[in-house]
Amino acid sequence: MGIEHYIEQASSYAADIDNLIFLVGVLVGFWFILVEFVFFGLIVAYRRRPGVKAQYITGEEKHQKRWVGIPHELVLVCDVVIIIAAVRVWVDVKQTLPPAGETVRVIAQQWAWSFVHAGPDGKLDTPDDIKTVDEMHVKVGTVYHFKLESRDVLHSFSVPVFRLKQDVIPGREITGWFKATKTGIHDIQCTEICGIGHALMPARIVIQTKGEYDAWTAAQTATASR
Amino acid sequence: MATPAQEHSHAHDDHAHGHGAHDHGHHEMSFWSKYVFSTDHKIIGMQYMFTGLAMGIIGAFFSYVFRMQMAYPGHHVPLFGVVSPAEYNSLITNHGTIMIFWLAMPVLIAAFGNFLIPLMLGCDDMVFPRLNRLSYQIFLLSAIVLIASWFVPGGGFGGAWTAYPPLSAKSQYNLTPMGSSLWVIAVALEFIAFLIGGINFVTTAMNSRAPGMRMFDIPMVVWMIVIASILFMASVGPLIAGAFMLLFDQLIGTGFYDPVRGGDPILWQHLFWFFGHPEVYVVLLPAVGIVAEIITVFSRKKMFAYKTVLYTAFGTGILSFFVWAHHQFIAGIDPRMANVFTATTVLISIPIAEMMFVFVATLYGGSIELTTPMLWALGFIAEFIIGGVTGIFLGSSGADIYFHDTYFVLAHFHYTFVPIAVIAVFAGITYWYPKMFGRMLNETLGKIHYWGTIIAFNGIFIPLFLTGMGGDHRRIHNYDNFPELANERMYFLREFATVSLVILLFFQFIFIVNFFWSLKNGKKATANPWNANTLEWVAPSPPPHGNFAELPNCYRGPYEYSHPDREQDFWPQNEPA
Repeated sequence: MGIEHYIEQASSYAADIDNLIFLVGVLVGFWFILVEFVFFGLIVAYRRRPGVKAQYITGEEKHQKRWVGIPHELVLVCDVVIIIAAVRVWVDVKQTLPPAGETVRVIAQQWAWSFVHAGPDGKLDTPDDIKTVDEMHVKVGTVYHFKLESRDVLHSFSVPVFRLKQDVIPGREITGWFKATKTGIHDIQCTEICGIGHALMPARIVIQTKGEYDAWTAAQTATASR
Repeated sequence: MATPAQEHSHAHDDHAHGHGAHDHGHHEMSFWSKYVFSTDHKIIGMQYMFTGLAMGIIGAFFSYVFRMQMAYPGHHVPLFGVVSPAEYNSLITNHGTIMIFWLAMPVLIAAFGNFLIPLMLGCDDMVFPRLNRLSYQIFLLSAIVLIASWFVPGGGFGGAWTAYPPLSAKSQYNLTPMGSSLWVIAVALEFIAFLIGGINFVTTAMNSRAPGMRMFDIPMVVWMIVIASILFMASVGPLIAGAFMLLFDQLIGTGFYDPVRGGDPILWQHLFWFFGHPEVYVVLLPAVGIVAEIITVFSRKKMFAYKTVLYTAFGTGILSFFVWAHHQFIAGIDPRMANVFTATTVLISIPIAEMMFVFVATLYGGSIELTTPMLWALGFIAEFIIGGVTGIFLGSSGADIYFHDTYFVLAHFHYTFVPIAVIAVFAGITYWYPKMFGRMLNETLGKIHYWGTIIAFNGIFIPLFLTGMGGDHRRIHNYDNFPELANERMYFLREFATVSLVILLFFQFIFIVNFFWSLKNGKKATANPWNANTLEWVAPSPPPHGNFAELPNCYRGPYEYSHPDREQDFWPQNEPA
């Protein structure tokens, strides 16, 4: 049932989001099964029988309204639980920024992703920056801040294994964060329709150990300086 | 309150020559004045219904084409050909646009509203018959403009039905310079048609009721159409302004949504969804009203807590103005705002859940007969609950980070919109068909159509919940570029959904056959074949021009079924005590 059975968890907050989805699933699943059970039960129990007249119930009296009123209050309780759980996850993922270990710039355009990695000096906008297209490299276990920019229309930066998604808006720089917890190579998607090439905006995220990442950085820098 | 008699004389001015739809001889109106330029509310209702259903067939065909592309990417689609990315985008955009603006709204609000409101209120026409005719003519024009937009150079607009700028605003981005402008013009015209229609519905319900019909004696479906019209009129203003700004950006190079020139693309999203979310309830409420009429009739029960249903509809309507930004959680709005909108969005489940509980409670103690309309009405409840509960995942900001713009969202809103625009529409048509056309539909064909549609419908969208959970994002022409999504399991689910869709579409032919076969060969309908209480069943089937031989009085509420003081299990509203 959980999302983790469909797609791997590879960020520090992926499990929180999956657990929230599971919690909502349990609560609404309970109500869904209960209501459908009562619903079909009543259809069978009160099917038309010759000579049996339906009851006359206005539903306006207190003891009748209770049958709707009490479930109604219980739904409210569930709602409050869901709101609190959702806001807690949201605040962690979207509203607070833990201090950055690395910063990476992500630029979207019709129809490609460009990534600016900080390079050996760890700073963006310096000559040793490493620029790539449709392939992003990150270190496992490091908090990354990403800065999103768009050159044309709306796009959306989505890394399903991270459970991360953020729209990219021309004219603004949007900052967010993630921390990868597992090495591997995964999909980056554009999840906001951006024209006829919308399906042609796949990129890959390469999550490496610090050693692998440094070796990659060194190789890129060597290539660039030759 | 104006007396109905005054209103009636007013309405009669407009069709002084009409003495019944089946009048023959030299008094008969010409085909044009009777069916094309008629001011009769029933004819206008039919015009809306047939135009809406014809557009629905086009929208359904579009879904067939792009679902085939989803299941068998790059293959030749029978009746269409190979689907290019530009065509794909245009098909999904126009599918969404048609199904909401040219199927759900015209059929649920305009067709049923026009046909039912005067009949159920016991009067002879709408209070503004000429305005009513104008409303349909503008609507027809809007449909023609939309269809024209597919055949201009560059093709139809393909920026999704939400039309987010800058993609929708600049032709160098969307590559459909004419298609996108015609699309905006078509939508704006459609809004104007419904603004005019809405004025008519509200005014008629408030002023033209039969003598003795108090506010709480009004049938639920009339109330729901009135509330929906008010919601529509209150929410559409900002979007009409937004649509003009978009049109100016497209055509005369203004920069309302262009960040380079001080505009803001997010502005459109606020204007769009400030309308777009109430719009969901604009189409939901009439559907709920239709279901309310049918469930009470076929369970022979008084509606459980009539006033509560009414108040939940008001509550939902008001709350629906405060939830719009849940479409924008990750759009780049201030993240703190998401917390407010999560709370309002999840809380809207309270009135909607109450509404569903009331319907379930109405069944208790009933004498339930599973006729075709009743099956559709019950199917609406069973399926809409799935749409309702899955909405909670998306309203929860934290969970929406993952689900946003995936097929989970798509499956969720199809579990609300298909019950609304398909299931409730069939419920309404099968229930009022005898009144509309004077014949009964074939029950056997009706049931085959019902089960084929309902089972196939679940076959389409349950797999799409799963592909959404697996990470399928929306509006993608071909998943082969995404290694995590191009696996066998995902393709199996997509194919399953597509095959289910084809089966669903096949079963619709049974409905079409039943519809037209029964027009000639169906059993003749009596005035009140379902033994219902509401006033439309007092008029002959089909009602002539002017509706009632003698305008009815109203003595009681609409749902006095199985009253203990009476032998008969129904008590028509017009029958003196």
